[in-house]
Amino acid sequence: MARVRGWVRVLALLGVLAIVLYPLIWVLGSSLKSPTEVSSNLSIWPQELTWSNYSDGWSYIPGVSFGRFFMNSIVISLATVVANAISCLVTAYAFARLRFWGRKGYFALMIATLLLPGHVLIVPQYVLFSEFGWIDTPLPLILPKLLATEAFFIFLMVQFMRGIPRELDDAAKIDGCDPYRTFWHVILPLSRPALITTAIFSFIWTWNDFFTQLVYLPSVPSYTVPVALRLFIDSSGQTSIGPMLAMSVLSLLPVFLFFLGFQRFLVQGINTSGLKG
Amino acid sequence: MALTTASRPALPVPAPAPPPARGRRKKNYASRRSEGLAGYVFLSPWLIGLMAITAFPMLLSLYLSFTNYDVLSSWEFVEWVGFDNYKKIFTLDPTFWQSVRVTLTFGLIAIPLKLAASLGVALLLNKERRGVGLFRGMFYLPSLLGGSVALALVWVAMFNREGAFNAGLSLFGIEGNNWINDPDWALSTLMVLTIWQFGAPMVIFLAGLKQVPTELYEAAQVDGASKTRQFFHITLPMLSPVIFFNLLLETINGFQGFTSAFVISNGTGGPLGSTKLYTLHIYDKAFTDFQMGYASALAWIFLAAIGLITIVFFSTGKFWVHYSDGEN
Repeated sequence: MARVRGWVRVLALLGVLAIVLYPLIWVLGSSLKSPTEVSSNLSIWPQELTWSNYSDGWSYIPGVSFGRFFMNSIVISLATVVANAISCLVTAYAFARLRFWGRKGYFALMIATLLLPGHVLIVPQYVLFSEFGWIDTPLPLILPKLLATEAFFIFLMVQFMRGIPRELDDAAKIDGCDPYRTFWHVILPLSRPALITTAIFSFIWTWNDFFTQLVYLPSVPSYTVPVALRLFIDSSGQTSIGPMLAMSVLSLLPVFLFFLGFQRFLVQGINTSGLKG
Repeated sequence: MALTTASRPALPVPAPAPPPARGRRKKNYASRRSEGLAGYVFLSPWLIGLMAITAFPMLLSLYLSFTNYDVLSSWEFVEWVGFDNYKKIFTLDPTFWQSVRVTLTFGLIAIPLKLAASLGVALLLNKERRGVGLFRGMFYLPSLLGGSVALALVWVAMFNREGAFNAGLSLFGIEGNNWINDPDWALSTLMVLTIWQFGAPMVIFLAGLKQVPTELYEAAQVDGASKTRQFFHITLPMLSPVIFFNLLLETINGFQGFTSAFVISNGTGGPLGSTKLYTLHIYDKAFTDFQMGYASALAWIFLAAIGLITIVFFSTGKFWVHYSDGEN
């Protein structure tokens, strides 16, 4: 009886998994189908492998190739990763380790900003950044991150730092370290796992972000991949579905690779006990 | 948010340090003052950000919501219009009511279904020993990809008239539909896309299920309680804090959905306003019509609504959320 129940459970899980993964495998397969086959086809395997969707999609938008859009996305995402990692780590150290006037109040404010919807801030921020003349540049997307505006990562790092034994700080203090050197020699090296997590999610979220990029990057040469992808919808002719899916696959690829890497990192983390050097 | 849980195993377990000598370490005045100063030095980027990127824009937005500001003309032409924008929104803007209706429909159907799916799969997975990590990873994958423009495009390709979904239906002899362009069905395809991303709350549920002490189930088994009774009397109450957390998070995230609806409807919120989420209405007013003052008023109503929902959640939470430390 228990055996039967176990098999039913595994079958149910596999069934759900098939439904969950079908759209992802379908888009990969369909991106390799010929234009006549791409629509109205349930199958995941193309009858004949065609790569033309990729070359057609790459130069689908006249004048600017997807290489440009990928470059824009990569620059913005990487800059965001660096900005988030530095600013949130520094802020988290203050919250987790240092005693100063008003800390609890600031911490509560930081948590409150976690719940603040971005759509409430977008209008005044747009007004502000357009006064600076920053529209159609990556600046509004990157510079605010240097000011630790991603409260979520601060919270994550504070939680992480609370797990680092305070005795290490105390030992550093006895050895004559001030708060700055303690940060540099103790907290920074030990925070590597939290930094990696922050970096991965910063990258994925920025890479996938559409709303702010749509607002701040109005001209085609400054488009990022998501904003450019949207142009495929404008002409709803069936012929563009193949190239559209091909570019979609390319845009999902970095996130998928990060996912694979992160999985390994997870397993590694479980197996590693004790302090990582 | 799943990353708190997802990342937890990656945190190194610190080696136990020798217990500190009793009696707090002595701190002289100078070192405490230098620590306070250091605190502000480390906090300064965030503090500047809080004021310049969050607090000031919020006040600006509140001010703009009482003006007729559009970003195109210069500041000299900004006029104070009092509560006109708010009055117009509630009395003369049918799209506002449409977007409220769409957002509420979306939230009230998609969020419970998504949570039910995530809890169901988490329960299935919790008993499983082999391949849990692999399953968990693959179920989580849509949560990483699903909010992107690419997935919205995939949905368009799958649910239009010639799409794979109709091809699947025809296998069962069911006549398909142009789901994306049908006002009665467009929102449903969006909901399916949202529910498809059940992996993130599922990871949190799984972590919560691991925390339920097995002794409770053993004791219940000794008392002869059925599996169903065990689920309703042990699993659900013990899991209620996690359910609360997921519900709050998914609600706040759900109301902020934008990308999929915008892409699938080509920015219109159509067909016939059927996918006009509230965020799309804000975007339209601000960046299509450039009525920044009006859009600010819309945004403040949105903020008030989300604040209200959060308060309702927390105040009703104490009636059904069970904390095992007996503080309830």
